[in-house]
Amino acid sequence: MAQSLDRLRESASQTAGPYVHIGLTPNFCGIGGVYENDLGAGMVNDKTKGERISVRMRVLDGTGTPLKDALVEIWQADTDGLYNSPSEMRGAADPNFVGWGRKATDMDTGECMFETVKPGWVPFKDGRLMAPHITVWIVARGINIGLHTRMYFPEEEKANAEDPVLARIEHRVRVPTLIAERQGDGSYIFDIHLQGEKETVFFDI
Amino acid sequence: MTADPLSNRKPETGAFFQRDRTWHPAAFTPGYKTSVLRSPQKALLSLDNTLSEITGPVFGHDILGELDNDLIHNFAKPGESAIGPRIVVYGRVLDERGKGVPGALLEFWQANAGGRYRHKKEGYVAALDPNFGGCGRTITDEDGGYAFRTIQPGPYPWPNGPNDWRPAHIHFSVFGHGFAQRLITQMYFEGDPMIWQCPIVKTIPDRVAVEGLIAALDMQATIPMDARAYKFDIVLRGRRSSLFENRLEGN
Repeated sequence: MAQSLDRLRESASQTAGPYVHIGLTPNFCGIGGVYENDLGAGMVNDKTKGERISVRMRVLDGTGTPLKDALVEIWQADTDGLYNSPSEMRGAADPNFVGWGRKATDMDTGECMFETVKPGWVPFKDGRLMAPHITVWIVARGINIGLHTRMYFPEEEKANAEDPVLARIEHRVRVPTLIAERQGDGSYIFDIHLQGEKETVFFDI
Repeated sequence: MTADPLSNRKPETGAFFQRDRTWHPAAFTPGYKTSVLRSPQKALLSLDNTLSEITGPVFGHDILGELDNDLIHNFAKPGESAIGPRIVVYGRVLDERGKGVPGALLEFWQANAGGRYRHKKEGYVAALDPNFGGCGRTITDEDGGYAFRTIQPGPYPWPNGPNDWRPAHIHFSVFGHGFAQRLITQMYFEGDPMIWQCPIVKTIPDRVAVEGLIAALDMQATIPMDARAYKFDIVLRGRRSSLFENRLEGN
């Protein structure tokens, strides 16, 4: 027998269930007076630097039906490509931008919307730049372990073509599943397909 | 954000340990019917963490209200309290290296003592408790420790099989220091025979992994004449040392 590595095992994931709102967005589901605001509901203030954007997201099941009980969190860099995190060693991020947001999908339409800023470029491990992107994490009833993916921007064609993470996707036909669409009003829409022909590329990361 | 100026701790910047996907539930678990149409079927794209996953948001104590960690009182009318067996839930958030995770935001939610959730999509006949909302939160201390007060939730039936019941449980959402550590799980109670009958528990393939979600009754941590105590430790992904990693240019 060799020495023990004394490692622990990660706690096993369990579904967030149908009542995830009670814990994570209580005001959204009518439990008022416990928390002043739902955490992550607002991402920008008047002083936040950068281009304001609106991103609408939907999460669709294997039949194409939007989930009306999903919870989506996003995490992103500020307009200069810096994360508001102690592990960010390259400089200080915009103090008026946390970079994290949380929304429940609407109980009627299945849509949620984030008002944020367009993120800047962030370096990959080897120093190449990653195209502007938003990290997305999805939980819901029926999802046993949170799903990680990314949203990229449709107008960044050149940057997306050189992005080292998108480059890792073997089946090129699936790359567009990570690129949002721009709407006539300038907002973005990002549909996340859990299953089927258009299944979004999810990450083991 | 730069490091906390009051802390001597150096921020960690290494990537997280690979997640053991055979230990966690698979996405597709037909015994839990809702997973069937909500499970990705293509292989996940595996890659080492980038800055986008190594970093994560920080939550300060300024977000917390005085009763956020007291579900017995945080929704109750003045002078009243929630009905049910009073308990303290305490423990530590650790990572796979066994290190405490300080500053971790924990959010929890649960049914009331009758097994009823305060939610408009909830249809169980059990009564609502007017003094129980069902949500709470706290942030771990320097050692990763946390504690909160609540009432023990009841088991309840749910539409899956014609007669499936959930064991009593508390949902936990956990933030570590990197977004890759993000985790949602559930805490069960020692000695509950219903744990082993539950289709959602059974999504976890490894019995030892299930046992890791069962809180232990700790009579030494009780508050005499007030509340019993359950100990529940949570383990997040460990982090590789960045000592020997190539540094980014200009760093």
